[in-house]
Amino acid sequence: MDRLDRFFGVHGSALTLRSERMGLLASNIANAATPGYKARDLDFQALVSERQGPALSTTDSRHFAAPAAQEGPRIRYRVPVQPSLDGNTVELATEQLQFAETALRYRSSLSILSGRISSLTTALKGE
Amino acid sequence: MTMSLFDIAGRAMSAQLVRLNSSASNLANAGAVAGSQEAAYKSLKPVFQTVYEGQTGRATVGVVGVVQANAAPQRRHEPGHPLADAQGYVHVAAVDANAELVEIVETSRQYRNNIEVLETAKSLTLETLRLGR
Repeated sequence: MDRLDRFFGVHGSALTLRSERMGLLASNIANAATPGYKARDLDFQALVSERQGPALSTTDSRHFAAPAAQEGPRIRYRVPVQPSLDGNTVELATEQLQFAETALRYRSSLSILSGRISSLTTALKGE
Repeated sequence: MTMSLFDIAGRAMSAQLVRLNSSASNLANAGAVAGSQEAAYKSLKPVFQTVYEGQTGRATVGVVGVVQANAAPQRRHEPGHPLADAQGYVHVAAVDANAELVEIVETSRQYRNNIEVLETAKSLTLETLRLGR
């Protein structure tokens, strides 16, 4: 199982993260006209390094358990270029750009995964 | 059950549709006259509110209600008008036609953005379903 996970690499969790991010960006686009809404985004760099970093293990009875990943600081407010008067900080150009980029990266993760799956299938079939 | 991209964009689209409907009503009633200040048409404005979904950080938008703007109707002296009051005034609906037109353009653009989100979400979901085939 562990070997299989290593074979697929970071791309499995990348898919989850990207769909999570697309949810947030879609929320921003949905709230483009809501007064007082603050646009939010995932801190993607921190998340990726968190998933790739070595897992903490407790090898001694006096070790503290590793703190569970916090939900709060992963989602950050976006700094607007020019906030509108009603307090809304959604800038549609930015959000659409990020959304398109995330969709593209999701697709690239998908194609890498499907390549790995097909090479695995080839190896299993021995053709 | 978490809120999907389809829920987010779908609810936003229905909210934008309410906005489009009220702008269309306002525009249709621009220039309409009435016999008294109370009877005159007052422009309608939808009130949007963010609907958050707990821990996931996702949010969509809902319409809390549609309120009447408190701009006073314009009074015009027109004694010959059949709806004129005792002093010879008619009351013209307080609708800013230019502002409503801008509102309609903005609404349709934001509606379209949500359609784009829906299309992207749909194609990505289908591609994910086909993974490994």
